[in-house]
Amino acid sequence: MITLSHFIVLGAILFCIAVAGLFINRKNVIVLLMAIELMLLAVNINFVAFSRFGHDVAGQVFVFFILTVAAAESAIGLAILVLLFRNRSTVNVAEIDSMKG
Amino acid sequence: MPTLNDILILLPEFYLVAVACLLLLLDAFMKPEQRGTLHWIAVVVLVVTGYMVVAGQPDVTVTAFGGMFVRDQVSEILKVFALLSTLLVFIYARPYLVERKQFVGEFYTLMLFAVIGVMLLVSAGNLVMVYLGLELLTLSSYALVALNRDSPLSSEAAIKYFVLGALSSGMLLYGMSMVYGATGSLDLAQLHVAVTQSAMPHLLVFGLIFMLVGIAFKLGAAPFHMWIPDVYQGASTPVTTFIASTSKLAAFGMAWRLLETGMGGLSQHWQPMLAAIAVLSMAIGNLVAIVQTNLKRMLAYSTISHMGYLLVGLVSAGPEGYSAAMFYAISYALMSTVSFGVILALARAGFECEEIADLKGLNQRSPWFAALMALALFSLAGVPPLFGFYAKYLVLQAAIDAHMLWLAIVGAVFAIIGLYYYLHVVKVMYFDKPEEGGADQPQADASLRVVLSINALALLVLGVYWGPLLGWCRRSFGLG
Repeated sequence: MITLSHFIVLGAILFCIAVAGLFINRKNVIVLLMAIELMLLAVNINFVAFSRFGHDVAGQVFVFFILTVAAAESAIGLAILVLLFRNRSTVNVAEIDSMKG
Repeated sequence: MPTLNDILILLPEFYLVAVACLLLLLDAFMKPEQRGTLHWIAVVVLVVTGYMVVAGQPDVTVTAFGGMFVRDQVSEILKVFALLSTLLVFIYARPYLVERKQFVGEFYTLMLFAVIGVMLLVSAGNLVMVYLGLELLTLSSYALVALNRDSPLSSEAAIKYFVLGALSSGMLLYGMSMVYGATGSLDLAQLHVAVTQSAMPHLLVFGLIFMLVGIAFKLGAAPFHMWIPDVYQGASTPVTTFIASTSKLAAFGMAWRLLETGMGGLSQHWQPMLAAIAVLSMAIGNLVAIVQTNLKRMLAYSTISHMGYLLVGLVSAGPEGYSAAMFYAISYALMSTVSFGVILALARAGFECEEIADLKGLNQRSPWFAALMALALFSLAGVPPLFGFYAKYLVLQAAIDAHMLWLAIVGAVFAIIGLYYYLHVVKVMYFDKPEEGGADQPQADASLRVVLSINALALLVLGVYWGPLLGWCRRSFGLG
């Protein structure tokens, strides 16, 4: 029997993977965008699970909004990434460090 | 079903959306030399929207679209000052943008969309609206930071802002999902009741912590402040001004909506966490600012410390504290527009006026602008009788009234430490010898000079005659 807690644990694991991906990754900015996407999907699993088990449809409506905004967000993120590559010829996270202090 | 009445309640927002879309179209058909018109249209639109917000304000709190949108006095004040600070940004930015060939229609439309985001965020009555308003603001801000397309520094700042901003939105959302799970409601008014009788208090507190992290990120409070210095330095100065003024008003609005309107019943849980964030912000902001040589970076660390003081007001978790924090947010928005406005006025083609050393001997070359900058810096430092002093006094007083004397003492100590780096800039302006290639008499146009002077003198006037503004803030939180 799959219960609510299974979904919450799955969401938490995905969320942790996403946060780890953001902080451990030192190679590629595109991986950061993927991690961000994963994080939002983890949230979506939470919302859908709570909505389903709590018999309240509002959570699933929220998921639609999150999906839409996530699409807009990745569009802007990729645009900035293209800009970054054009200006610096690199998408290596470790090399994006001209400002410090 | 939405009724006509719902639409009338949102009239200022609808108007701004319509005009922003029209401006976008207009810009596409406009010759570059006609862009000046666009600027003045945008300025007039902001004034008209401000008028609609104030004139259409109902006597009692009203909601629209099934509680999604709340129009109360708190949102009215925040909207008025968000529109005002955006207006100031437009006026200060024009000469700077024209000189750098960045005078494009996108700047205006993105700014207007960001302001719509602010207006929806501070009026949000539902977690969905909080998220949508916030994303409208931040997505526009990412694009604004990246607007200076040929600058490697700008694109670096934009990607850092984007990644950390998206991370904070994710944290906030994760917290919201937990709170939704524990209470079964997304409506802030219903949450207010539901948080005290939830069957899953642990889940609720867990969600609250994630939401607090998100809020602290958006405010730029330590230890979630990493993006602030890089974004302030890398973004072009008009965008920095916007992020430092309008966004902070929005972040206060969001913090208040989520923490008080939504999670007010959990204040014993969020008070100590918020107090720790406030202390850290005041400490890190004021201490790290001392070693900065870049003026925009120094002002960024100053922002972090100011967000700490704003949080001191919120920590008190009562109408007194909230009104003090709102007064502080307004004062910070007005002070930061002056300080960045002077940087914008002094910048010229090929010279950004970003380093503190660029201001050397400014008093000998342009005494008036040196005086305006000094006024802004003294006000930021909290020197009486300026606006910043009274705002600081109010938040510290609120902390004492809430039996957190230690917090007020910490705040006062760091305010004195902070005085050092503000005074250092004043010393550079007044006592150092001017250098070749430094800041000179600005060639900025008349509208900038006049408005900037009024803006700076307002810091002095409001520092002495604060009664009406404070009264307005207090009334909005139900105080006499």
